[in-house]
Amino acid sequence: MKKVNKEVLVIGGGSAGMAAASKIADKGHSVAIVERETTMGGILNQCIHNGFGLHRFKEELTGPEYAERYSKIITESQAEIFLGITVTEIENNETNKVVYGFSSEHGMVEFTVKTIVLAMGCRERNRGNIGTPGTRPAGVYTAGLAQRFVNIDGYMPGTKCVIVGSGDIGLIMARRMVWAGAQVEGVVEIQPYPAGLTRNIVQCLNDFKIPLHLSHVISKIYGKDRVEGVDITPLENGIEAVDKTFHVECDTVLLSVGLVPDNEVSKKAGVIINNETNGPLVDGKLMTNIDGIFACGNVLHVHDLVDFVTEESERCGDYVCEYLESEERSDQYSVIAGSNVKYVIPNKYTGNTDNKFYLRSMIVKNDAQLVVSINGNEVYRKKQRHIQPSEMISFSLDKKMISELDTFKDNRLEVSLIG
Amino acid sequence: MKKEMICISCPIGCHLNVSWDEDKELELEQIKVEGNKCSRGITYGREEILSPKRVITATCSVDSIYMHRIPVKTTSAVNKEYMVDLLEEIYKLRIKTPIKTGDVLINNYKNTGVNIVATRSLNK
Repeated sequence: MKKVNKEVLVIGGGSAGMAAASKIADKGHSVAIVERETTMGGILNQCIHNGFGLHRFKEELTGPEYAERYSKIITESQAEIFLGITVTEIENNETNKVVYGFSSEHGMVEFTVKTIVLAMGCRERNRGNIGTPGTRPAGVYTAGLAQRFVNIDGYMPGTKCVIVGSGDIGLIMARRMVWAGAQVEGVVEIQPYPAGLTRNIVQCLNDFKIPLHLSHVISKIYGKDRVEGVDITPLENGIEAVDKTFHVECDTVLLSVGLVPDNEVSKKAGVIINNETNGPLVDGKLMTNIDGIFACGNVLHVHDLVDFVTEESERCGDYVCEYLESEERSDQYSVIAGSNVKYVIPNKYTGNTDNKFYLRSMIVKNDAQLVVSINGNEVYRKKQRHIQPSEMISFSLDKKMISELDTFKDNRLEVSLIG
Repeated sequence: MKKEMICISCPIGCHLNVSWDEDKELELEQIKVEGNKCSRGITYGREEILSPKRVITATCSVDSIYMHRIPVKTTSAVNKEYMVDLLEEIYKLRIKTPIKTGDVLINNYKNTGVNIVATRSLNK
């Protein structure tokens, strides 16, 4: 059995893992990064469209280019890279943490470390999660799987498709399928607003006149061996208007119905999961309830932009270094989601320092206000030109704004969005 | 004339108000753009009225041992009307490894000054 001893193990070699590991290595700590695929980059490798890196590299890159830039950074750093290893178990002992992984090359691999960064990303919700009635023919794929088929393996999943859900991957795949020679009959979205970024509605649907059916559901899938068609039903006041159902012939159904942080391994280690995000509950230093286990990127909460993942993960790398360098732990106070806010990350804030927050709105609104209060006293207000659930909001709180209130043990910071 | 549009230059997606004088012959500088957070919004809003352009990304065949398709992109946005033809040109390509990110696969497409380049390196 191969044995590795380090201060830190980063699980996952995608954008989050690479950013965290390179930060940790830069500061002189010994770090290993473990990735189950044979190349670094994670999901970026199959996202061949552009729009990545505008914040981080100040240029517009495609997914593989962004992955390659970061891969170069990590390869040139002192971080040790382990490819082709799948982590299956985390053991949390009093004096150390032991992580077990498997690979075809080494068999079982044992990592003994002081701290762990969870950076496993997320996975796609599938047909079972949305419970669509009908037969079970071939031709129903998640959009990300279809993306892999088309962009990496070079297979076409079908010739005429209907896309269920208007998540970004679904929208990107609508354009990809058209560019690869298929027909896209429409995108069906259960909510009254799109789930993906507005720019993707414009350049992936509107450019190709692909209809977007908001407040509609797929009410039945037809076909024996292969998908033959679907029934689409509009929702009126949340109820299916069955008499207005229409049929669309197609041979493929692509599902883009949400992403779930992949926390199977985290749960085994006793990490507590937040029901709103499906990611771990974390404090202001992105540490989970387990001392020494941190989380960043899509395993923590699903991000819209890789640049945000990188920002959060580099910060996580810094926090890990702080943790290793000092026994002292800063005071943590609760953060709660107020009105119109689905969730705020992190779930606690750190006293006497600057804090950065990410949140998601529950409403669609122009000219809204973001209001932050501590124990009912407003400490920060920011105008938001446009808010919608699919676009993550971020803000920073300066140390000065929170320092006066630091003395109260039971401080509660509340973030609200006001229309 | 007025038109509301959403800038697609970056994922922020600024809501733009684009206006121009209908009586005059349309020139780029005379199109007024509001609501943009950066200068690319102005360029986008103006071009979207005169000649909409898009960056095209696709994949083409490669003889690599790792993967069957290599991702490619246009180095800048090309006129939307070239889209179909350009994709056909890309799909005709048969790329040999080794190849590096940024290697030019099609040079100066239709004299537009736009190149088609690889967006991934493959050593074999």
